[in-house]
Amino acid sequence: MNALLRVEQLRKAFGGLKVTDEVSFSIRPQEIAAIIGPNGAGKTTLFNQITGQLPPDGGRIRFEEVDLVGRSPQDIVRLGIGRSFQIASIFPDESVRDNLLAACLSRLNQTRRLWRPYTSHLQAGEEAMAILASLGLESQANRPAYELAHGDQKLLDIGIALALRPKLLLMDEPTAGMSPEERQRTRTLIKKLWQEYRLTLVFIEHDMDMVFGIAERIFVLNHGRLIAEGAPESIRANRDVITAYLGEETG
Amino acid sequence: MDLPRRYKFGLLWTAGLLVFALVPLLMTSRYQMNLAGHILVWGLFAVSFNMLWGVTGMLSFGQALYYGIGAYSVGLLVTRVGAAWFFPALGIGLATAALISLLVGLLVIRMTGVYFTMLTLAFAQLAYQVTLKWRDLTGGDDGIQGIIPPGLLADKTFYYYVVLAVVFFSIWVLKRMAYSPFGLVLRCIQQNPERVRFIGRSVRMNQLRIYVISSLFAAAAGALMAGMDSSIHPDMLYWTTSGEVILMSVLGGINRFFGPFIGAIVLILLEDVIGAKTEFWPIVIGSVILVIVILFPRGVVGEAQHLWSRFRGDSSQRSPA
Ligand SMILES: Nc1ncnc2c1ncn2[C@@H]1O[C@H](COP(=O)(O)OP(=O)(O)OP(=O)(O)O)[C@@H](O)[C@H]1O
Ligand SMILES: [Mg+2]
Repeated sequence: MNALLRVEQLRKAFGGLKVTDEVSFSIRPQEIAAIIGPNGAGKTTLFNQITGQLPPDGGRIRFEEVDLVGRSPQDIVRLGIGRSFQIASIFPDESVRDNLLAACLSRLNQTRRLWRPYTSHLQAGEEAMAILASLGLESQANRPAYELAHGDQKLLDIGIALALRPKLLLMDEPTAGMSPEERQRTRTLIKKLWQEYRLTLVFIEHDMDMVFGIAERIFVLNHGRLIAEGAPESIRANRDVITAYLGEETG
Repeated sequence: MDLPRRYKFGLLWTAGLLVFALVPLLMTSRYQMNLAGHILVWGLFAVSFNMLWGVTGMLSFGQALYYGIGAYSVGLLVTRVGAAWFFPALGIGLATAALISLLVGLLVIRMTGVYFTMLTLAFAQLAYQVTLKWRDLTGGDDGIQGIIPPGLLADKTFYYYVVLAVVFFSIWVLKRMAYSPFGLVLRCIQQNPERVRFIGRSVRMNQLRIYVISSLFAAAAGALMAGMDSSIHPDMLYWTTSGEVILMSVLGGINRFFGPFIGAIVLILLEDVIGAKTEFWPIVIGSVILVIVILFPRGVVGEAQHLWSRFRGDSSQRSPA
């Protein structure tokens, strides 16, 4: 099987607390998958290890047959893994457009240039506008990012990751803190982005409509262990998952 | 960038250049020309410092180190080897500053926040102590006198115009940098270093780059000052010198590119006016600065632009750097 990302026997503990406990799974090219699990299950910590922010205690992470363990976040990003964050991670004082421009310039390897104004780098500018259009944030282009509504900040965070044209995009709770209407819109948007940009997409999410609505495969984490993985129907029927997690939410 | 704004900017730029260019012609005394020269050199020093602090968020308390390297390179070579060494000395000063800032930079960028600040202070104080104690080379606390640049440069008015040209050119270069892709990344580092890593850029590498660049311009300012005053002293490396550019930046506003330059004008004029009137000038100046900082938290330039945009009724007007 030609996996894009392969995680093998990954381990991580904080003190005595095992947050990643012998986790193995792989992600296929072009798929859209969800990771679910109760608060504190170790979902974000898993992303942190894949993206190089946190060193695992043991195990392997391979992306297109390249070993990721020990590499810096910026190396991993440049290998093609983008990430959006549970709490929107943006450049608050820059305009929405400049947030995206920074990412586009980085992708084009133009951030070492120190003479021509960044606003006159045309290709980066076009790419940034295209992302703005995909997100539906054109009208906000010139506003400083901190002025945006919470939901739009989350979208901008996703936009920054998209601007890097990642092969694999990891989203940490894209709809966290959104109103029901915003969630609805974001769900549709993410599905659209997945198709439009031909992404391989893995998202962490507590919103079950989104998880069961758009994921092709679902991974369930509990106390650092991967307790189930499979198609939405099989997860919905899984006893362990129901007792660990779904029971309380969907009943 | 729309044309009218560029046009307006070019106008301001020309006006500033004109004012400084007219000083030697309109002023009655050499003293006033010297004052204007000091403003130019300190202005460059402060603007270069603010590329670290206001733009990138790295509060260095040790830029006096590089200012001193520039000054002592020129001072030592011109007085010990020969006046003709003025330009080579400038080059050697810049090269030395580049080398030292690279080495020191590799160490200090490992620290963040107040640890970064304290470590930069420690290195500069170390250099100050060496300068003070190494009498045979540096003249100790006597400093070095009689630094006369060669040829036409020995003429104070001519030298003033050279300073004017170098300072305006340097500030123009720094301004281009502040609005380049590199400058954008620097601002991003200040606002969210973690995100910078996750757009694929190294925070430390870019911090090191701007640390070296900023230090180069500080050294250039020091070198210009040595030729202007014809004498240098170890206080140029003392922490108060580093503190002075911090103060200028705060006064003018650290979030505006020209803030520190305006801060330099304000502080130097204050020191001149108040210093002439009372022997208690440090206290008076301290109080005046306190009042300015409390009344204008954005700095003089920041506050003026804020008022102007309020006056024009658009609250969204912002300018980077
Ligand atoms: N850097 C850290 N040091 C110590 N403990 C940590 C650290 N990061 C996370 N933890 C702990 O590890 C556990 C897993 O955290 P993680 O953030 O991965 O959970 P999560 O599944 O993302 O939860 P949520 O759904 O609330 O976001 C939690 O108990 C958390 O307190
Ligand atoms: Mg989490």
